[in-house]
Amino acid sequence: MAKDLLYYLVFPGFLFLAVTGGFLSWADRKVTAWLQFRKGPPLLQPFYDFFKLLLVKETILPAKGSPMTFLLAPVLGLTGAALSGVLILLPAFGMKSGFSGDIIVLFYLLTIPSLTYIIGALAAGNPLASIGASREMKLIISYELTFLLIIAAVILKADMAIRLGDIIATQQDRGAFCGSISGVLLFVAFLFCMQAKLGFVPFDMPEAETEITHGCFIEYSGTAYSLVKLTKYMMLFILPAFICTLLLGGLRSDGIHLLWTILKFMGVLLLITLIRNTNPRLRIGQAMRFFLIWMNLLVLTAIILSYYDL
Amino acid sequence: MGFKEYCFKKSLWVFHFGGASCNNCDIEILDCLTPRYDIERFGMQLVGSIRHADVLLVNGSINQKDRIRLLEIYRQAPKPILVVAIGACGCTGGIFAEGNTFAGPVDKIIPVDAYIPGCPPKPEAIIAGIVKLMKK
Repeated sequence: MAKDLLYYLVFPGFLFLAVTGGFLSWADRKVTAWLQFRKGPPLLQPFYDFFKLLLVKETILPAKGSPMTFLLAPVLGLTGAALSGVLILLPAFGMKSGFSGDIIVLFYLLTIPSLTYIIGALAAGNPLASIGASREMKLIISYELTFLLIIAAVILKADMAIRLGDIIATQQDRGAFCGSISGVLLFVAFLFCMQAKLGFVPFDMPEAETEITHGCFIEYSGTAYSLVKLTKYMMLFILPAFICTLLLGGLRSDGIHLLWTILKFMGVLLLITLIRNTNPRLRIGQAMRFFLIWMNLLVLTAIILSYYDL
Repeated sequence: MGFKEYCFKKSLWVFHFGGASCNNCDIEILDCLTPRYDIERFGMQLVGSIRHADVLLVNGSINQKDRIRLLEIYRQAPKPILVVAIGACGCTGGIFAEGNTFAGPVDKIIPVDAYIPGCPPKPEAIIAGIVKLMKK
């Protein structure tokens, strides 16, 4: 019991996710700065931002909205992110092998943060926030089908195993799924889904700063916004960890494998940052077409290829 | 300096309010964000929503209509918030000081923490002003 609590609150859980996510967010900002020939923020910048919002700033409640829903939405989102992080990282680090069907539970848990952004934005009673919420909703509708198909393809490749531990074990026997043609296609599609889930640039229309001024989060301030920020830091750690688990052979932390794990992880993060910095923002209709037609076709091709063991 | 204040001063998020400006100050403020000056070194970011802001940059002469909006923005900002008046118009009124529609320099409308004079002030001057604000 106490060990489980430790899992959820300290090691692969809340605290570890938050701290690592903060540093990853710094890495993301620093790489962005380098790409633009700037110097970038200091190492502890995400933590300064978080503690400033948490401790110093005033939290303003919307006058024409539902304050309780507005405040509870970020808490729910944080819980969803932390839970999915624990369920991914316990099998990924090889501490537990997970339970049967946990990959499907993870699919739902990973949707919770985006869903709470919508709930919070609609409770804020701000027109720009509701535009952001409607865009986020359309974005979820478009990428979730692709995401589900990717998971189905991975399950097919792992001989119908629906336990994360088994999927990792299969990859450690036969080499990572990414080593085949279908694996590469799945990796590409997953990368774009991840971009949309994180709200990074080609798909950042729910919170377009220059257009609808942070959209979903326009009314958040102080403590509530700090929780939103923390959720974003955590997702920046969880989703690359998920892609490493599903397609790149898991995160092993023994001996020389640790170095390899860190390299894999930073590679995925670098790819996301590069896509983010070299693309313009799409319109929501373009994003829907991109996912519903092209990405789904890509993943379906991958499923057919993996049926023939390619 | 306590932990709270330290965090606050290390991550000042900037919101830009332009009054009836001639756009020179706006361009110089944008210059601070460019690779050459890069205020993200100090942890500053330009934010789009006043709810996220820690520093309110006001430039341009404030006329009767801007006055209402400036007051509204100041009222909606989460406290504590620092106000910086930029440029001759923001600090004193500049050449508009005796105009018909002029509603007073910024410090007559809301409390101001720092003044950065100049027409327009150089980006170096803006950064120096904000660094002085951080040390205050």
